[in-house]
Amino acid sequence: MATGIKDKVAILGMGCSRFGERWDCGTEQLLNEAFGEALKDAGIERKQIEAAWYGSALDRVNVGNSAIPLSTALRLEGIPVSRVENMCATGTEALRGAVYAVASGAVDIALAIGAEKLKDTGYGGLPVSSKGTFNDLWMPYGSAPAGFAQLATGYRAKYGVSKEDLKKAIGRVSWKSHQNGAKNPKAHLQKAVEMETILNAPTIAEPLGVFDCCGVSDGSACAIVTTPEIARSLGRDNPLVLIKALQLSASAGRELSTGQWDGSYVQNTRNAARAAYKEAGITDPRRQLSALEVHDCFSITELVTMEDLGVSKDGEAWKDVMNGVFDADGELPCQIDGGLKCFGHPIGASGLRMVYEHYLQLKNRAGPRQLKNPKLGLSHNLGGVPYNGVCAISIVGLEGT
Amino acid sequence: MTPSTTRGITSFGAFVPRRRLQRAAIAAAHAWAFPGLKGLAKGERAMCGWDEDAITMAVEAGRDCLRGRDVGVVSSLTLASTTAPYADLNNAVLVGSALRLPASMSASDLGGSTRAGLSALIAACQAETSGERLVIASEKRSAKPGSAQEMTTGCGAGAVTVGAGGDVIARFVGSETVSVPFIDHFRRAGADFDYGWEERWIRDEGIAKIVPRAAARLLERLGLAADRIAHFGMSGGPAKSDAAVAKLLKIAPEKVLPDLAGTVGETGAAHPLLLLVSALEKAKAGDVILIAAFGQGCEIAAFEMLAPVPAVGARRGLAGSIARRIEETAYLKLLSNDGHIELDWGMRAETDHKTAMTQLYRSSDQIFGFVGGQCSACNAVQFPRLPTCVNCGASDSQKPYALADEPAKVATHTADWLQYSPSPPLYMGLVQFDVGARVLMEIVDVGPSGLEVGTPLGMSFRKKERDHLRGWDRYFWKASPLN
Repeated sequence: MATGIKDKVAILGMGCSRFGERWDCGTEQLLNEAFGEALKDAGIERKQIEAAWYGSALDRVNVGNSAIPLSTALRLEGIPVSRVENMCATGTEALRGAVYAVASGAVDIALAIGAEKLKDTGYGGLPVSSKGTFNDLWMPYGSAPAGFAQLATGYRAKYGVSKEDLKKAIGRVSWKSHQNGAKNPKAHLQKAVEMETILNAPTIAEPLGVFDCCGVSDGSACAIVTTPEIARSLGRDNPLVLIKALQLSASAGRELSTGQWDGSYVQNTRNAARAAYKEAGITDPRRQLSALEVHDCFSITELVTMEDLGVSKDGEAWKDVMNGVFDADGELPCQIDGGLKCFGHPIGASGLRMVYEHYLQLKNRAGPRQLKNPKLGLSHNLGGVPYNGVCAISIVGLEGT
Repeated sequence: MTPSTTRGITSFGAFVPRRRLQRAAIAAAHAWAFPGLKGLAKGERAMCGWDEDAITMAVEAGRDCLRGRDVGVVSSLTLASTTAPYADLNNAVLVGSALRLPASMSASDLGGSTRAGLSALIAACQAETSGERLVIASEKRSAKPGSAQEMTTGCGAGAVTVGAGGDVIARFVGSETVSVPFIDHFRRAGADFDYGWEERWIRDEGIAKIVPRAAARLLERLGLAADRIAHFGMSGGPAKSDAAVAKLLKIAPEKVLPDLAGTVGETGAAHPLLLLVSALEKAKAGDVILIAAFGQGCEIAAFEMLAPVPAVGARRGLAGSIARRIEETAYLKLLSNDGHIELDWGMRAETDHKTAMTQLYRSSDQIFGFVGGQCSACNAVQFPRLPTCVNCGASDSQKPYALADEPAKVATHTADWLQYSPSPPLYMGLVQFDVGARVLMEIVDVGPSGLEVGTPLGMSFRKKERDHLRGWDRYFWKASPLN
């Protein structure tokens, strides 16, 4: 009988590059920046790493396919190195690979690292990707915001929320993240923004304006994982930060191709959250979780994610947002580091960047953003579009939680 | 009772692109150079979207014609057009695939002259074959910016089926042809625009001398007096030349069919068929319809209405197509759609859209015909048709299920201003079919009232992407608001 991943793996060290328009850096430098910090934090040498997982999503604006770019950039000689890609869940997939390797007993110390170099496209937003030779023949090439904007129509239709009220609530989501991002020296956008500016910004995909969309950035993030026993033996600060849950759900077409989905929620998040709470032993997420790092690629995504994660009641998230429940000083702080909104979304890095913030918070190293006594942090990635995508959830926490 | 040897028209349909460019907007744009165009600035002309061409319009006219009919009996399809998009590729085969016609049909393209629409119809009426012959004439006319033709031309498609026996609604009575090298206009192969000669010469030396003589010969041969003609229409000449010919033939002015100049514009090879359709829509039993198409001589055909047109619920016809309009005043959109100016669409427009022909062929019924699947285990209708049912997971359980004519509504939607579209914004969303299938689709021809969850949608065959490197345009179906 499978027992799940809870408490089987500890985070030995983490690193995160500065995110932003890194005109000066290629992916190799970004990888090196995050890896260097993690290695130092872990207090180990490079040769102690026995296996590595590399997450990168977009070959066209990156270092190319396979694991070779990573093994070359970090000079990881003679060990198994794999490259993973699963849309916006790519960073979390890298972590899953490394964590499972340690938990299986195959290796003692493993590396998970992700990076993306979005600012080599020459324009804002994500590049247009082929969806495969068959899908390209029929599926429209909507932009990412167009995919998520459709949640707004489904949500309004189901709960009878007016266009104006929803626009304000999603604007408030971004306002809050900018407040937080202003306190983070590694964030791409470190500036608070007025509600007025957010609401009057040009439209990208109705009803999303510019400030409803996350930044477009370069960045890298990294984790070195091992067993709790080895972490202790290496003399890490106690309490350890342990992996509590790692779950994933991928669309199988029901939302896209049948009438069984009303457009107001994301089924993959609900599937992954249910499994992750079970794995981590969480029964009341709104009370038990200390902080959330969710996939706020677009403000509307964060809003419905609060319901999908079960921390807001269905149809109530827009009110919770307006009431400040997810603010830094609210009941359940969300995007305390500024979120994708302020970090941007270098796809392969994002999942690990979210875990990095929880790690800092749990280690009491978050500086001006530090929350009081955090114990459990949840991070959430959503790849693709709400009706055809993937969701990854990871929960990390202190020993004994 | 109609003798089984009687051949003639058994059904008809039409399509006119929904966007109607106001001629005043064209004239205003050119006023600095050609103030004289103001004299032509009356009414509106049909304008293709960037994603419409002679093939897509032909499909829509064909669907209109075949509504409620058994497509299995169609034995041939002729596509008449001087603007068919492919020079070496059977354009009619693509149209037939989208109409889900039997693969055993013969398919051919006919072009070379704007009279080709009527030539194809006459050939179908004279053919001695079993089965129904589908004739579609479709034209996306293009004219040099600033020309009079830019004001007068339009786009559209007409379709008729020709058969024998009891289904015939308008009997083919006879035809006459004249072929002479009278070069009123021409377009060299590969050229974008026509080159035309002086209208006065065309009118006085061409039309006035060629058409009435041929018409008189036909009427004499058929033993028809001019007063038997209830509807007369002529394509291919300058404005009012139809009335002038009618006068020479002693056909009363009220019998001349409206020339569609104010609503659609002159549609080249499609025009004689659109004129015929306009007559069929209003003719009474016993009416004789005379249609002429001028061009390097002329074609003339006479039909006798046998029975009023049977009511087909959803037929749009020409009148319905004309009424289904969205007013357009952006002249630059015409130039951009037709490729006469290259706007700066940004780097997102650089994406390569190479089509794997292997993939296209093995999924051709899904892509051209919009044929999804129905699971034989749980009955769920779905698109695309993949090996395993989306609802119950049964494998290899799907039977083909065509979706093009199934009623549908908006389930989710957005207007995408970020993604490249030659006609921004890109409207897209999940389209929910009443039969249960759901498809992510582009939504086009969204009028001023926009979209809401539940907005009723119809399907239309369009270009999906253009491959600028290789020239193959992907075709698929898009949804558009019904009203």
